[in-house]
Amino acid sequence: MKILRSAQAGSLESQDILVTVKKGKAGTGIIINLDSPSLVQYGRKIHEEIEFVIKDFEIEDVKVQAIDKGALGFTIKARTETAIKRAIKKES
Amino acid sequence: MEFTENIVGRKIPKKINGRKLQPFMGLGQYTMPTHKAATRIRRRLSGETKLLQSIDEAIEKSELKSGMTISFHHHFRGGDNLMNLVIKKIAEKGIKNITLAPSSIHPVHAPLVKYVEDGTITNICCGVTGPVGDAISRGKLKGILTVRSHGGRARSIEDGDCRIDVAFIGAPTADEFGNLNGVDGKQACGPLGYMVPDAQFADMVIAVTNNLVPFPCNNIFINQNHVDYVVKIKEPIGNPDGIVSGTTRITRDPIRLGIAKTCVKVIEGSGLLKDRFSFQSGAGGITLAVTKFLSERMKDLDIKGSFGMGGSTSALVEMLESGLFTRILDVQAFDKVAIQSLKNNPNHIGIGASQYANIHSSGAAVNVLDTVVLGATEVDINFNVNVVTESDGRILHGIGGHQDTSEGAKLTIVALPLLRGRNPVIIDRVTTVTSPGMNIDVVVTDYGVAVNPECKFYNKLMKLKGINYMKIEELRDIAYELVGGAPDPIPFEERIVAIIEHRDGTILDVVCQIKE
Repeated sequence: MKILRSAQAGSLESQDILVTVKKGKAGTGIIINLDSPSLVQYGRKIHEEIEFVIKDFEIEDVKVQAIDKGALGFTIKARTETAIKRAIKKES
Repeated sequence: MEFTENIVGRKIPKKINGRKLQPFMGLGQYTMPTHKAATRIRRRLSGETKLLQSIDEAIEKSELKSGMTISFHHHFRGGDNLMNLVIKKIAEKGIKNITLAPSSIHPVHAPLVKYVEDGTITNICCGVTGPVGDAISRGKLKGILTVRSHGGRARSIEDGDCRIDVAFIGAPTADEFGNLNGVDGKQACGPLGYMVPDAQFADMVIAVTNNLVPFPCNNIFINQNHVDYVVKIKEPIGNPDGIVSGTTRITRDPIRLGIAKTCVKVIEGSGLLKDRFSFQSGAGGITLAVTKFLSERMKDLDIKGSFGMGGSTSALVEMLESGLFTRILDVQAFDKVAIQSLKNNPNHIGIGASQYANIHSSGAAVNVLDTVVLGATEVDINFNVNVVTESDGRILHGIGGHQDTSEGAKLTIVALPLLRGRNPVIIDRVTTVTSPGMNIDVVVTDYGVAVNPECKFYNKLMKLKGINYMKIEELRDIAYELVGGAPDPIPFEERIVAIIEHRDGTILDVVCQIKE
């Protein structure tokens, strides 16, 4: 799939995450910029969760800005999925 | 560096910065000193004045030199102004290598980071909250941070482990002969409890006030015979509005309110909730809610308690005024209602830090406490508690009275939600041990309650209906499952930046510099 536009999902409420996805230049791969209060102990896991969803959509080049406020894994995956769906949706 | 292991399994260096360390051995197992330290003898003859005109003059009169130890109190908490003011003046005079030993450092003391970096301050002894703790964790303090509880601090001063050369006491009201009062004047902050050991054991005691009254003032908390000079200044020594800050608001979160209700059930189930009951709670959101629900339950059961211990709050004052307690013992006020109560109610009694919690004394109030409800940053499967370091390894909080009350009270409850954001709170091994697990009886979370098998109320509590009991390992497993596994280890450098003392002066743990 291809990212067609920048899109966002989530919020900055406690225990949520705000995920913004943007087109990446061809060949740059998945670039994740993560800000999280749990960066030291769970940063690796959060990266994995975001990457997992992106790969599921077979997206190769994307820039992700993720501002985490202590979200659990299912929230992170859901917000990433919604952001991507909004970004790949063809105008009707 | 040579290490020994203490009884909570932490590696403690045998010696650091020239100080020999005794590893933590458990209650009463170490060798204690035989006598307290003695302070310098001073003499005041008839007709001599103590009044000085400025902080500069006070610093000169105090004969403060590089390498000395100075102290302050934190009764203004987030509103303190005096420590920043005095240290700026000290730095301007080119005095270096100071050991700073206040009763606490707060975020309002962020300007001190500069003086840590430039070597004005090279060692710190106290609990640290905020940017100064962050700077220490990043290795900016040349010497070391020694973290002590409130009772441990009093002990260290009286035993001579922490010799204070000059104590600067912010006094809401003072007379020209050095009698100090904490409850009058615009800067009223409540009891000056944490400064009592400093007043009695420092070699030089300087009172700084905005409200100088004719001799003798009343409601004397610190006496003229301990105070060498009195300085009246115009800049406010503190802003009482800053006392209520950070952790001192009641929670509105239904999960935390649920935890508070469970705590009250556990207290009742222990059998301690009867006439002459005594109680202390921390100032955190959950523990303040416990105080509220406990009052309601005491009213329902028509129980008349003996004393509530402060850190005093309006919630505790309400309990005193409605007859649920006959007295408040109070080392520190957390809000203006508490300050007014101390001033006006003879049953609201101000006490010093040693009377409150010093283990090396002929009796600390924590020893006669039935129940205390406390918070924590982390608890491990051995019930060890961490309140000092955050999930990224940085030093961001002090110990307060946690160690003292948890060791002294008959029933110690730690109340906390199982997750804080994504971070599990019940884990295999706390980052830093700040209260040993042997002193923690019950851990109450939103997912269940774990009772320490060593707790003397274990059998009684386990019979209690309507409580979701679990092994502490089960709570850990739930937490790990919710967050997707155990936390990654925090990367630390080898350099030790802080030592965590137990209240008896032995060492519970050390904290290393974070890896950046």
